[in-house]
Amino acid sequence: MAIKQLTVFVRNHQGALVEITELFASNGIDMRALSIADTQDFGILRAIVNNTDEAIRILRNAGHLVQSTDVIAVKISDTPGKLSGALHALNLAGINVEYLYAFLARTQRHAYVVLRVADNDAATRALEDAGFHMVSDEDIKKL
Amino acid sequence: MEPRYFQKEIETMPREQLKQLQSEKLVKQVRHVYDHVPYYRDLMDKKGVTPDDIHGIEDLHKLPFLTKADLRETYPYGMLAVPLSDCVRIQSTSGTTGKRVIAYYTQKDVDLWEDCCARALVAAGTDKEDVVQVCYGYGLFTGGPGLNGGSHRVGSLTLPMSSGNTERQIQFMMDLKSTVLCCTPSYAAYIAESLKEQGYRPEDNCLKAGIFGAEPWTEEMRHDIEAGLGIKAYDIYGLTETSGPGVAFECAEQKGMHINEDHFIAEIIDPDTGEVLPEGSRGELVFTSLDKEAFPLLRYRTRDICVLNPLPCSCGRTHVRMSKPMGRSDDMMIIRGVNVFPSQIEAVLLNEGYAPNYQIVVDRAKNNDTFDVYVELSPEQFTDTVSGITAREKALAGAIRTMLGIGPIVHLVAPKTIARSEGKAVRVIDKRKLHD
Repeated sequence: MAIKQLTVFVRNHQGALVEITELFASNGIDMRALSIADTQDFGILRAIVNNTDEAIRILRNAGHLVQSTDVIAVKISDTPGKLSGALHALNLAGINVEYLYAFLARTQRHAYVVLRVADNDAATRALEDAGFHMVSDEDIKKL
Repeated sequence: MEPRYFQKEIETMPREQLKQLQSEKLVKQVRHVYDHVPYYRDLMDKKGVTPDDIHGIEDLHKLPFLTKADLRETYPYGMLAVPLSDCVRIQSTSGTTGKRVIAYYTQKDVDLWEDCCARALVAAGTDKEDVVQVCYGYGLFTGGPGLNGGSHRVGSLTLPMSSGNTERQIQFMMDLKSTVLCCTPSYAAYIAESLKEQGYRPEDNCLKAGIFGAEPWTEEMRHDIEAGLGIKAYDIYGLTETSGPGVAFECAEQKGMHINEDHFIAEIIDPDTGEVLPEGSRGELVFTSLDKEAFPLLRYRTRDICVLNPLPCSCGRTHVRMSKPMGRSDDMMIIRGVNVFPSQIEAVLLNEGYAPNYQIVVDRAKNNDTFDVYVELSPEQFTDTVSGITAREKALAGAIRTMLGIGPIVHLVAPKTIARSEGKAVRVIDKRKLHD
């Protein structure tokens, strides 16, 4: 069960990030989760937002390099050792994690972990078999 | 130090006599070219000039120019002015993308070229007691063979090291007590740096002089090399099209390079109009070969911008001095001794599926050229992982290295972020401050 991640190329340049967040703010795009990978030369912003298609359209119009990337998200109860259990399940299934980032839900005592793997279906199976609950785009919108 | 000459009579010939010699040679050379090189004959015919119109150097301006494009068009033997069986040697420019130019030599051509290099070596204080370490590349590149031949003519012990393998260069330099070093200035700086790292002081080597050319360098770099190696560093100039290094060389004054005017006539022209400029003007350097038999180029445009100084020199040489090239009238850059045209980078980008939106940034750090290429990423090439983008950068750098022989650091950047001036992207930023 894949969800849509917004992926944006960010220049290594003062003000580059605020330019993107201001576009979100003025267009009512709400971020559920955010992660940035950075190098000396550039950064890659990855976000889960309430309306990915609309966010892509807005950023493209503003001249940004942007894409939608399929990732998976898993719900994990907010207790020590739970993330480790999820990663262990993936490891047993021989699934390599390219990157991940987590966010906490506002009301429930849950964390959500976004995972980028090569095979979303296999990873989903491995996690569900280990008793984890996967999150859909619909679930995200309700959060 | 008492000035010394390899061919005193010619090198110190009074200017009037030298001009007379040039005139006599020019008349004969124009006839030779007209009779044997149909390509140039056509150019002269189109201009309405015949050998009968050329009575001396005052008529030189009537002749048509030659450019690198002509040499490419006539590749390989279209400029040959003697039977091929009379030739004994080929040399070539680095030409990695159809920019290749080959030059051919009779034995006399090789001899005169080596004389020119010998003049440079002697002007730097070399004699038969010296040990000359030549670490210019050997092969098609003219640097190694030129200085090697010149060193033989002086009678010095010649170490034909070729370029690279710095450890071995240093071992030979120390064990065989080299006294004269010939290489590119950036390699000399690198050797100096390596010696220091190995714990040697400048006075530990036996070097007294170095002859450095084939790439632009600054007075600051000269100072660093002289201090680092404990030597006097001399500049040398040349190009494959005129023979190779030794067309011009520095004497102990180190104030401009004496052009071997008995073999070459130098002119300075306006690169836009082709008009010959008055003495002392800054403009494009043009050479006419007076003695070359096999590959006799008349009015060849070097694209190097410089100034000629005809004033007498304290070394006693009467031949005009050229300044270091101050720039180019085309877009060629010399990076780490390699000729680079932006069009070559562009060709690689298109070949690798990139749009030709790029910028080349050249700088100099620790006397070595840095070479960075910024390329705009297209939506299709964008991926969500850092490793995916860095892998693309490495692959592109590898493709450029294959093309040029030197590798840049490639930086992929966001679309439309490369600076544009008046809508046109600025292709090259050279921060080396090689020219005043």
